[in-house]
Amino acid sequence: MARNITYREAINEALTQEMERDESVIVLGEDNAGGAGAPGEDDAWGGVLGVTKGLYHKFPGRVLDTPISESAFIGAAIGAATAGLRPVAELMFVDFMGVCFDQIYNQAAKFRYMFGGKAVTPVVIRTMYGAGLRAAAQHSQCLYPLFTHIPGLKVVLPATPYDAKGLLTQAIRDNDPVMFFEHKALYDLAGPVPEESYALPFGEANVVREGGDVTIVTLGRMVHTSLSAASELAAAGVQCEVIDLRTTSPLDSDTVLESVEATGRLVVVDEAHPRCSIATDISALVAQKAFGALRAPIEMVTAPHTPVPFSTALEDIFIPDAQRVVNAVKAVTGWTR
Amino acid sequence: MTDTVERKALTREHLLDVYRTMRTIREFEERVHAEFATGDIPGFVHLYAGEEASAAGVCSNLDERDTIASTHRGHGHCIARGVDVVEMMAEIYGRKTGSCHGKGGSMHIADLSKGMLGANGIVGGGPPLICGTALAAKIKGTGGVSVAFFGDGGSNQGTTLESMNLASVWNLPAVFVAENNGYAETTSSTWSVASDNIADRAAGFGMPGVIVDGFDFFAVHEAAREAVARAREGGGPTLIEMKFTRYFGHFEGDQQTYRADEVARARAELDCLKRFADRVTETGELSVADLDAVDAEVATLIETAVEAAKAAPLPTEADLLTDVYVRY
Repeated sequence: MARNITYREAINEALTQEMERDESVIVLGEDNAGGAGAPGEDDAWGGVLGVTKGLYHKFPGRVLDTPISESAFIGAAIGAATAGLRPVAELMFVDFMGVCFDQIYNQAAKFRYMFGGKAVTPVVIRTMYGAGLRAAAQHSQCLYPLFTHIPGLKVVLPATPYDAKGLLTQAIRDNDPVMFFEHKALYDLAGPVPEESYALPFGEANVVREGGDVTIVTLGRMVHTSLSAASELAAAGVQCEVIDLRTTSPLDSDTVLESVEATGRLVVVDEAHPRCSIATDISALVAQKAFGALRAPIEMVTAPHTPVPFSTALEDIFIPDAQRVVNAVKAVTGWTR
Repeated sequence: MTDTVERKALTREHLLDVYRTMRTIREFEERVHAEFATGDIPGFVHLYAGEEASAAGVCSNLDERDTIASTHRGHGHCIARGVDVVEMMAEIYGRKTGSCHGKGGSMHIADLSKGMLGANGIVGGGPPLICGTALAAKIKGTGGVSVAFFGDGGSNQGTTLESMNLASVWNLPAVFVAENNGYAETTSSTWSVASDNIADRAAGFGMPGVIVDGFDFFAVHEAAREAVARAREGGGPTLIEMKFTRYFGHFEGDQQTYRADEVARARAELDCLKRFADRVTETGELSVADLDAVDAEVATLIETAVEAAKAAPLPTEADLLTDVYVRY
């Protein structure tokens, strides 16, 4: 039975249902409950933006607050995963990967391969990403391309409450290390979500809008930006097919290629910086595998090659908007040799 | 240096076991040293010879519930945890029959079924992981203890310091073992460690800090026995600092121009195997013949391991793409 809940509530519900289902699931991170050792209330925050609120009392001993020691507690989550738990660790902002990346990319990601297939590391690292909250250069980045580059990691970016619940459920049940990216500007987005538990498979993109003229490949918050652009373009007679990748590793290249084979035109919309990004990755894929189908050069809509600025006036133009997507679609549909 | 620890009596079987462990490590490392010089062994190899009492003394207090994380100098820890020596040697030769099917090499030998969470190519990589295995043991109530081995170099990594703090904050069943062999690569620990002793840092993390003569098996065993017992009983973590030296360079090929003539003296006067043998034969707990029998058995094992490694098949192209994920 579906009802409308927010992206934040959907994540909380997935955590709750998985913790009820499997007692090896634990949650840990900075202020995931909040107030540890302090004289006031327990579960004071439930995470810095309230995503884990309520779990502390529902699951005694299984929601652990941590010191601000990302290397230690992300590493602890990884170590615990090798020892039979299914930890869900929260790296508050993905920007903080700089103080714990070794544990993720040199340890968790490599155990299985480097130990000859003997290790299983079912850890989930939930992390916030993206611009839009005026949080500036060190709290707003879209660093998922860095993780996508690393063999051994899976990288997941839900765009809707429905996907957030289903993909997080899959992430927790998955036996490989999963980076789970939550866009901080989507937490209040509401949408239909079934009450019962369900898992969405990784590596299956979602065609969120069908259309025959242009393929728009996108992910995360940019799915909504792209859908706005597609609506506007439809009114002008241009039909866009919008593909939400959902996971960048594994990548559903088939859905992308099939769509471009049909439309002959590709626009990639990615909130990350333009170099070595999902935008360049998808562009390279299509240039290699569907070159013959292309009827126009590929367009990329991305953030610029700058840190995320603070000022409202600057951040608003840093983030790709629907108008830039419309312009890119017009460029590929209007292109002539 | 004399043995100062009044030890609890160990059984004959236990003494033979730890002697076998230390002798196996020594023979393994001396042989890898010799074979590396022939050019048959690829990559970076860091040898543990000289430090045997640490691995043997700590791990002889552990059982199947327990987990250790090791360092780039990890062969000794593997052997002390019972990782198969023939498979280890094959791994060092990059063979398909190796502990990690030739995909890990010397710096990444692991056997999780033996509670050995891997040698680690990243200095300070292990302590956070050990917080996790200790947390899992605590939550699941297994009674397991986790041990992080790291060097004097690793003692200066933030990961290690963060982990000691976290282990105290969470009151984890963990033991931190700083193997201070005097040098982080070429850099003296008397220079790189700002406190007089690594163990002094324990106070800053609310745990006991113990300094041990790392050449003295019995001293190590006793310190580790106390630390492991405390951890197992819920008393929280301990930091133990071993003071000793390594007999070879940082890695094979290191000319060691930064060192004085300390290795010859250590081998002659401090060596853990000699001291162990002297002590147990003096007390009559073991005979020279007992030790000779172990030596012969170990020599055969190492010879078998090297021959098997040299004869073993290499991995093939089909192996390149396997075991990146459980399922992708």
